[in-house]
Amino acid sequence: MKLTNLLTSAAVALGLAAGAAMADTTKVGFVYVGPVGDGGWTYEHDQGRKAVEAEFGDQVETVYVENVAEGPDAERVMTQMALEGADLIFTTSFGYMDPTINVAKKFPNVKFEHATGYKRADNVSTYSARFYEGRAVQGTIAGHMTESNIIGYIGSYPIPEVIRGINSAYLHAKKVNPDVQFKIVWAFTWFDPAKEADAAKVLIEQGADVILQHTDSTAPQAAAQAAGNVITFGQASDMSEYAPKPRVSSIIDDWAPYYIARTKAVIDGTWESVDTWDGIGAGMVGIGEISDVVPADVKAAALAIKDAQANGTYHAFTGPINKQDGSAWLAEGETADDGTLAGMNFYVEGIEGDIPQ
Amino acid sequence: MDLSAINPVLLIASLMVAATPLLLAAIGELVVEKAGVLNLGVEGMMIVGAIAGFATAVESGSPFFGFIAAAIAGAALSILFAILTQFAQANQVASGLSLTLFGLGLSALMGQSYVGIKPPQMGDIHIPVLSDLPVVGPILFGHDIILYFGIALTAAVWWMLKYSRLGLVLRAVGENHDAAHALGYKVLKIRLLAIMFGGACAGLGGAYISLIRVPQWTEGMTAGIGWIALALVVFASWKPWRALLGAYLFGGVTVVQLNLQAAGVAIPVEYLAMSPYLITIIVLVILSADKSSAPASLGRNFHASR
Repeated sequence: MKLTNLLTSAAVALGLAAGAAMADTTKVGFVYVGPVGDGGWTYEHDQGRKAVEAEFGDQVETVYVENVAEGPDAERVMTQMALEGADLIFTTSFGYMDPTINVAKKFPNVKFEHATGYKRADNVSTYSARFYEGRAVQGTIAGHMTESNIIGYIGSYPIPEVIRGINSAYLHAKKVNPDVQFKIVWAFTWFDPAKEADAAKVLIEQGADVILQHTDSTAPQAAAQAAGNVITFGQASDMSEYAPKPRVSSIIDDWAPYYIARTKAVIDGTWESVDTWDGIGAGMVGIGEISDVVPADVKAAALAIKDAQANGTYHAFTGPINKQDGSAWLAEGETADDGTLAGMNFYVEGIEGDIPQ
Repeated sequence: MDLSAINPVLLIASLMVAATPLLLAAIGELVVEKAGVLNLGVEGMMIVGAIAGFATAVESGSPFFGFIAAAIAGAALSILFAILTQFAQANQVASGLSLTLFGLGLSALMGQSYVGIKPPQMGDIHIPVLSDLPVVGPILFGHDIILYFGIALTAAVWWMLKYSRLGLVLRAVGENHDAAHALGYKVLKIRLLAIMFGGACAGLGGAYISLIRVPQWTEGMTAGIGWIALALVVFASWKPWRALLGAYLFGGVTVVQLNLQAAGVAIPVEYLAMSPYLITIIVLVILSADKSSAPASLGRNFHASR
């Protein structure tokens, strides 16, 4: 437990104690896996929190605890938030899934919202974004841009969300460049700048000239910049401080509209347990500006994929697609159903290597 | 699997970079322990050095000033430890642990406004002809200056401990502080200086991570390197060259395992991830089978009245 967490918790306690005096204030808690200044995943969730504050003003009070490890520590933090009177708690990492369910059982009157998971209860909603739609855009750019035909991918944990991203990026890179090869390194962390930097350097040394990351810090961007002729994509946040190169585009998570809608539902008493999975069309997944390093025709191709997904005319997983072992998955023209996507635990045909178990 | 994708030259060059923070911190702690003091606050001093160096480099625009500031900040924090343990006679283990916790918190506070900023770059040295040699050039002559400083420091500490009068006095204090005191050496003063040296080295190691290896500032970015440095000193039997070997081994296996993953070697990733710890421990345990042992006064407080 870091000192900052303790200080934040203390501040939370003080804030809630003060808030309790005011009647009908809705308290909204956020549990973050990294620091709010990570420049990526947690940063965007915190932007969502600030949007909630800006929208409702004195009607709501928001609290957050950052750097909460996935596991027992998360359960303790959530319990504390609930005890201190939070009405709605957003838990913003996949590894908080079981802790959220456990704590939710103890506090039936508190509403919980768990990001990127698949376990729900009467007072637990789940929400996630269709990041794989963004990965399709990235894969298209990556396939066009690579000269070595080697694309490096820094995975965090081998969970469906990450595997979906790898598959989607691979399929679309392959579509525009049949010779493309993916090198995948698992970092087994969401946030460890030194390790992420090392992973990026290794991939670059092994010939990758495009780096895709599913970890939260900007360290791989810094490594790519130092290497020179490598392009990257912002992950979760725009990471525009590394534009126009190495960062040529990005996936931006925009949680603000969802957080505002859900907070409003609690205020109005209309909150229900739901499963939300929105993509580019609904605005939950944004594509960061494609920089001028990308040629105009490639940019146009990428934007075409983006628009087709936004208006629903194209699905990132459209057959024919085989699984890695060669067995058929989707027939010609068939699209993947959400159930399979939510639990995706296999690579598509053409990706080398095994998913760690 | 395609091992040919791994470029051994680049591999060795990058393992040297990965090993340097660990080496700097371990050499500092080695001197501290040779003087008979156990400072478990290495991680805390490293992370404070990381942010102090980063902030100074960003504000001044010079990574060189950043490293100086990191050394000063690490030494300053270690003085706190020295006051507690050498003058107030506090328990060294507890003081060291609290120093780490304090350092992690303090660095997070200091770093609030430095998240997401890019530091000025420390260029690699370039020696005409030598740096352009194939194989040898990138490995030996194409790094930043601090990396060479780490190796030079190892050599200097080795020479100092083995051949110089200062080294003899330092070892005397670490082996038997009462005898050293009886001979008229200022035990507390020597220990204070050793602790400050250790703090400065840890600070440099931290700044190497935030300014060169990553380079950016994020909370908790040393991620346990300080603890590995502590273990390394013990497994290296308090010998500087073995600490260097251990650091390069650890850095090497860390980089190699990522390389093997990227090359698609069919070893489960979990085994690869634990291999740096395992291999370093095994090699150093085998090496430490000789008669060398810890400084006899390690961790014991000294007071002139006793």
